[in-house]
Amino acid sequence: MLTLQAVLDGLLLGILFALIAYGMALQWGVMNIINIAQGDLVILGGYIAYFMYLYGIHPAWGVIVSPIIMYFVGVVIYKLVINKVVDRDLFISILATFGISILFMQLMNFAFGADVVLANSGYGTTMLFDNSVTLPNSKIFSAFISIVFAIGLVIYMKKSKLGRAIRATAQNARAAKILGVDTEKVYAATFGINAALCGVAGALISITFTIHPYMGLPYTIRSFMIVIVAGLGNLPGVAMSGMGLGVFEEFADYILGTEFRIGSVFLLLVLILVYRRFKLSRKREYLK
Amino acid sequence: MNKNIILYSAILIFGIAAPFIFPAFKVQLSILCILIILSITWNVQGGEMGYNTFGNILFYGLGMYLCASVQVGMFFPLAEWTEGGGEKTFVHTPAQFFQGFGVGLAFAAVVPAIIAGLIGYSILGLRGHYFAICTLGLGVAAGEISGGIEIIGAGQGFTTPPFPNVDRLEARGEFFYFCSFIVLVFTFLAVKAIYSTRFKLVLNAIRDNEDKAEAMGIQTMKYKIIGWMISAFFCGLAGGIMGGLVGYIDSTDVAFDGREMGVFMVLMAILGGKGTLWGPVIGATLFHIFKEGFWTFFLGWQYVALGVLIVVIVIYFPEGIMGWLREKYPERFGEVVDEADRKAQVTLK
Repeated sequence: MLTLQAVLDGLLLGILFALIAYGMALQWGVMNIINIAQGDLVILGGYIAYFMYLYGIHPAWGVIVSPIIMYFVGVVIYKLVINKVVDRDLFISILATFGISILFMQLMNFAFGADVVLANSGYGTTMLFDNSVTLPNSKIFSAFISIVFAIGLVIYMKKSKLGRAIRATAQNARAAKILGVDTEKVYAATFGINAALCGVAGALISITFTIHPYMGLPYTIRSFMIVIVAGLGNLPGVAMSGMGLGVFEEFADYILGTEFRIGSVFLLLVLILVYRRFKLSRKREYLK
Repeated sequence: MNKNIILYSAILIFGIAAPFIFPAFKVQLSILCILIILSITWNVQGGEMGYNTFGNILFYGLGMYLCASVQVGMFFPLAEWTEGGGEKTFVHTPAQFFQGFGVGLAFAAVVPAIIAGLIGYSILGLRGHYFAICTLGLGVAAGEISGGIEIIGAGQGFTTPPFPNVDRLEARGEFFYFCSFIVLVFTFLAVKAIYSTRFKLVLNAIRDNEDKAEAMGIQTMKYKIIGWMISAFFCGLAGGIMGGLVGYIDSTDVAFDGREMGVFMVLMAILGGKGTLWGPVIGATLFHIFKEGFWTFFLGWQYVALGVLIVVIVIYFPEGIMGWLREKYPERFGEVVDEADRKAQVTLK
């Protein structure tokens, strides 16, 4: 029954990862930027929900408040830093966002302290299959909310004017500019939406798991991994590989032990990249 | 040429005299030497070859662990040493200490280079940002995994053998300073020699356009692996010395410290100017002076300052100091500038 427990835990966790990865795929596709600070935005979103919990508001409301605040945080980061690196070499953007990541990590450490915290939602647990599988309701809640947000965003990108502008910019920024799309605004909005998604995911993580100022980088690596496995612009792929990663992690946790959990995630990233490199090199191509 | 000899001998004399002129700063000077080595080796990889790596910290940490493990393991059981308080039960005699350190350094240099050669074929097939992220993953994974291995101290860290009790009080600082200074001189001369050969041109060709270089008949993979091995060799040496200097190895905070050393080496090379011989040296020196001079003012806020510094350097000085100088005085760098051509240049927007 441990297996079933691990699979279910992994799937519910994986949906959350997929939500973060969706944000990353969005900005990577539109702006050609790899945001190392992605995970730190997630953690920051988590702290917003945690503080609501501290002030007596139910942390589930963080799912609505946190993305709104994070949207503006994202836009400010874009205006201050990202718009200067958007058309530069990718390595420059990686390094710049690495700097933002260190900055955020440390600011959060000062502001919120270095303790591991969680916002208690008080949702209780569900027992399944003759009490052999224990699922906290908060995990089911977070998976449900993630799906709602993901579907909502897909519809928004298809139907709304801004969504169309974002998709046009992703296809060809120059042509979009000629046709009257304010790409600067589109980029700011994209980064804001990405940060908002991180905010949602962070709020959910603070309810279901724990948050800590230094826990950001693994989330960045996970979402990067999910995006390269799925490919840019492949949403069902993002969902599937997110869940796959979640299951992998739970099994690594059970088999290797918790101290190797993060290490195994990073090793898996290396292995996936190397596998794809060998697969492509047969056709004399490389990862672009 | 004459000018160069004067410059080099002045630096050499200053390097030898420095610990006696500034006896209070011996540790700082040793760390400066290590930083310069790291930024020079990063530059071989990131600046000349265009393969921007965050993963050289892997070799640095590996060298650190290897040097200390060999130094202990040659004379005493390693597992009992790391079990707790090994440095109190077992004492190295001076001869054992130096012998162990020497052999340890040899291991610290050679093994990372071999590992770089082994994984090079797989990893160096990745390009651009995939390579950067992959090496970032390698570095962090190494830190996390070594934090779970019992024999090298796991989470509680590894105390390197304390310096043996010789008569002079100053001996420890001087020993580690001269170790790092000699390695620095060795690294600089080796890299300078490499940069004057065809090998450097091949690396630059790979950086500028790898496909074309391959089409011209250069076996790019071979050169990339050798380049990475050179990088790993000196990184491992630097790590081994640093381990002895710090006296305590922790998996994520000292050895595989991607958040500090791993970023520092990239930053120093970029600050000084990627792809130049002197750039990393200047960048590392300035960075170290800035870091030590201002860190105390930002007490507790170092990482915030570091984050801001990274963003500012990356956005405003992506070409570094040498790049800026080159822009300003192209004649000094041996570039022929046509005045009419320069006036005719129009900035494209």
